[in-house]
Amino acid sequence: MSARQTIRRAAAAMRDGSLTSVELTRAALKAASMTESQVHAYLTLDTEGALQAAEMADSELGAGDDRGPLHGIPIALKDNMVTKGIETTCSSRILSGYVPPYSATVVERLEEGGAVITGKTNLDEFAMGSSTEHSAFGPTRNPWDTDRVPGGSSGGSAVTVAVGSALGALGSDTGGSVRQPASLTGVVGMKPTYGLVSRYGLIPFASSLDQIGPFTRTVADAVDVLSVIAGHDPHDATSIPGSVPNLDAGLGRGLDGVKVGVVSEMQRDETEPAVRGAVANIIEQMEANGAKVQEVSLPSFEYALSAYYLIAPAEASANLARFDGVRYGNRVDGANVADMMSKTRADGFGAEVIRRILLGTYALSAGHFDAFYGQALKVRSLVRRDLDAAYEDVDVLVGPTSPTTAFELGAKTADPLTMYLTDVFTIPANLSGHPAISVPVGLDEAGLPIGFQVMAPALGEPTLFQVAEAVESIAAFDQEPELAGSLA
Amino acid sequence: MPIDIDIAHVARLARIELSDAELAEHGRHCADILEHAAKVQALDTEGIQPTSHPLPLVNAFRDDVVTPGRVLARDVVLDQAPAVEDVYFRVPPALEDE
Amino acid sequence: MTTTWEPVIGLETHVELETESKMFCGCPVDFNAEPNTVTCPVCLGLPGALPVPNRRAIDMIMKIGLALNCSISEHTIFHRKNYFYADLPKNYQISQFDLPVCEEGFLDIEGEAGGRVGIERVHQEEDTGKSNHMGGDGRITSAEYSLLDFNRSGVPLVEIVTKPEIRSATQARAYGLELRAVIVSLGVSDAKLEEGSIRFDANISVRPKGATTLGTKVEIKNMNSYRSMERAIAHEVIRQAQVLDDGGRIVQETRHWDEDAGVTRSGRVKEGFSDYRFFSEPDMVPMVIDQEWQDRIAGELPELPSDRRKRYQGMGLGEYQAALVAGSEPELVQMFEGAVDAGGSPPSVANWLTGEVVAALRRSDHSLAASALTISHLVELVGLVESSTISTSAAKAVLAGVLDGEGSPGEVAEARDLLQVSDAGALEAAVGQVISENPEEFERLSGGEQKLIGFFVGQVMKLTGGKADPKVVSGLLRARLSD
Repeated sequence: MSARQTIRRAAAAMRDGSLTSVELTRAALKAASMTESQVHAYLTLDTEGALQAAEMADSELGAGDDRGPLHGIPIALKDNMVTKGIETTCSSRILSGYVPPYSATVVERLEEGGAVITGKTNLDEFAMGSSTEHSAFGPTRNPWDTDRVPGGSSGGSAVTVAVGSALGALGSDTGGSVRQPASLTGVVGMKPTYGLVSRYGLIPFASSLDQIGPFTRTVADAVDVLSVIAGHDPHDATSIPGSVPNLDAGLGRGLDGVKVGVVSEMQRDETEPAVRGAVANIIEQMEANGAKVQEVSLPSFEYALSAYYLIAPAEASANLARFDGVRYGNRVDGANVADMMSKTRADGFGAEVIRRILLGTYALSAGHFDAFYGQALKVRSLVRRDLDAAYEDVDVLVGPTSPTTAFELGAKTADPLTMYLTDVFTIPANLSGHPAISVPVGLDEAGLPIGFQVMAPALGEPTLFQVAEAVESIAAFDQEPELAGSLA
Repeated sequence: MPIDIDIAHVARLARIELSDAELAEHGRHCADILEHAAKVQALDTEGIQPTSHPLPLVNAFRDDVVTPGRVLARDVVLDQAPAVEDVYFRVPPALEDE
Repeated sequence: MTTTWEPVIGLETHVELETESKMFCGCPVDFNAEPNTVTCPVCLGLPGALPVPNRRAIDMIMKIGLALNCSISEHTIFHRKNYFYADLPKNYQISQFDLPVCEEGFLDIEGEAGGRVGIERVHQEEDTGKSNHMGGDGRITSAEYSLLDFNRSGVPLVEIVTKPEIRSATQARAYGLELRAVIVSLGVSDAKLEEGSIRFDANISVRPKGATTLGTKVEIKNMNSYRSMERAIAHEVIRQAQVLDDGGRIVQETRHWDEDAGVTRSGRVKEGFSDYRFFSEPDMVPMVIDQEWQDRIAGELPELPSDRRKRYQGMGLGEYQAALVAGSEPELVQMFEGAVDAGGSPPSVANWLTGEVVAALRRSDHSLAASALTISHLVELVGLVESSTISTSAAKAVLAGVLDGEGSPGEVAEARDLLQVSDAGALEAAVGQVISENPEEFERLSGGEQKLIGFFVGQVMKLTGGKADPKVVSGLLRARLSD
């Protein structure tokens, strides 16, 4: 097999006639058929729809109707983005069988861009989790070691890109749900600036933190996916008005003169030595490649996780109130409405979702609001203030994406708090709304991928991609799990 | 600092019917998490404004215009409902009058 | 010693705004649509849908706030009010909590039970769907199941909350009527109580006269007319006083007014207080209302009812009539203003409009706007009466003809042969005929029984089909007597 297939390579090949979208899509579907029984990345594989879209893309491209960088490219969607006519479940029993009557804005943009949507991927129920074990339809497994988790909550999307059952995928990142699984599965995963990508049609976990982002094999591919889905949406009041920054403005520019901050609080003892070593090695080489590296301290950093685990459940407790058995989804009958709703919700939600709803309800309730939710919002201000201050001195902040590589299934499910701690490095960017990306930089001694995180200020995507691409080329990580299908 | 939670009351507020065993387990987990989360209380936030939104955006409105294309046909609306009667969604009786 | 109890009353009023589209989505506001036909992912609360606020609704609430002398908040946000109810699709209502659009205003009420009523706040929210409780006797408590229609879900709703300083049921009613007049004059809602586009809830407590603390409050719902509002509040005040006089205590609860029985009935006892877990709506960004925006809305404010009443009184209308016209439907007010501008005498125009015109429209079940009556018709009609070209009784027939689309008042009077006959020569024969047909009565009249003049005038009017000018007829009779 020659070099790994990427969106950019495939797009070029489709335009010079050496590859068709149908061939590429068939290869992705074949990879799915070879790997799904072992990884369970997809909840719904839309073979027929994908092949139809691929045929359409081929005929359009043949006729010179070029819809851009994703035209004819197989893309998978996390199953918390609504797709008109295609079951959308959020990996929850309460929505099992639910077929939405409308599509999310990102789905419409992908379709307008000629992308081939392969199907819907597995996630932790309602995106609440860090391992994709909390799915009502069974866990997704890490293709590097199927006894291990792929991270989460967008584990299914990460794995499709890792095994080649899609060339790109969309996930949603509320506390690290794109970057952490990207890190654990050896792919690129990016969370854009809050408001850059429309949330309309993303079934929310925590509205002020959620942001849709791409999984790809390369940084340049992430630029391409983001360029198609980004931009103001009048149906999302939190979407940023005006034009999107020139996303590929920094590609190919290297690190010369770039000011890089290494976050002291991210060099923690709890972080696995292999991860610390790999990250330190990359930072050294960044400096060698012209970056100006300095240590940066974010004093509020250690409070970010606590604030997050109050804010996210609080918003979630309201966001998930609509699942009540009245208008859609599944119902368990009861003697009266309240009884029906209480039984429906107890039956339809998994334990982790119930836990977070209870947490959030408590944090918002009378008598506790100021001490918990109110205080968490102030801590959020402090986190943002610290980050803003840091970005006065540096262009980007760097560190590990996750303190560990992929852990074994079941290792953290018994103790929710341990699981929550896996998001400790990714959460600050969600609280601040800033963009961040995870780039694979190597494997640990067990052969498990390690991710390197780059963070930038709001709308700093061009610099973020510039640095991420430089890190990618320094690391030259080109390994694939043995399971992966060939997309060449 | 152990946190004392009336978990049964919280579950009632959230409309989730749980067994005593489930309540006990969730109560324990929530207390653990809240104890950790209570760290936020240690931070001095005197004079700090809360951030409920990550971006400094204001005034995102829509014009008062009807968009007929987004209105859903009734059969589509009722198609996903667990229980329907005639042209309505059907639910068990309400007990409360609020 | 008996305690004298003093009522403390606060009113919460919900007003549905007449925007084209709903508060947070582009569905039409259409109360006549078939059930469940004007909904979309947003107002049905489908997974993933997001709200975007309607700018014009904010314009409208600012109008209401300014008309109620409120200050407009420069910084305001939406909150989520969390409670589960089957006709509330998201199981939270997007509302406002501690940063409403308008705060701290007042409304002055005229008349005996008048006075200034303080307005605590005016905030923006969304309406719920509608529940139809089925089976049992149709009451919510005995229903077997409910059927839901979400057409109303997401209709913009403004809530106006008074301070607890209304002191009587009569004042509460007067406030309700004045508030309605203000809302209607602003053109932001038709504010029809019977259709639910304006709804009043009352919070009532009593306390010993002179006390400064507040008693336990009871919420009264289901007041479906201004009269029932007054009755319900008066009843509840007496009920509470009796409970306390008997040594009982007031329970914090919601009570429903039973119009037929004339009593309030207990609904649900509130469990302490409701825990709505308000928090700022993360799906929307803050609203900043700058001075320019506020000035623009202030510049769009129409004349308010109190100012209008004063102006009408200045035109020669009596207090009652001025209030009647000023508080009428906008089309009627427009026609009044137009007719006066076109030279009609204000008291006569007002009399005709609020009297015969309204009565005739009610009989024919037509609206003024849909009727054939124009401003120039009205001015002409009033002019014909004042110039004695037609009699008042003929004018009523003429108006009926105009409303039936038979033409202008002049044309109708001519066509129906209703022009008043003032020509003494033409009436002489009729007077003669009536005298010869009633010789006995004429004898008595001649003998000095003056009240019989009216009888003879009436007979002549009858004979001439109402066209005779009664003044001329009476002159002719007197002339005969003195002969």
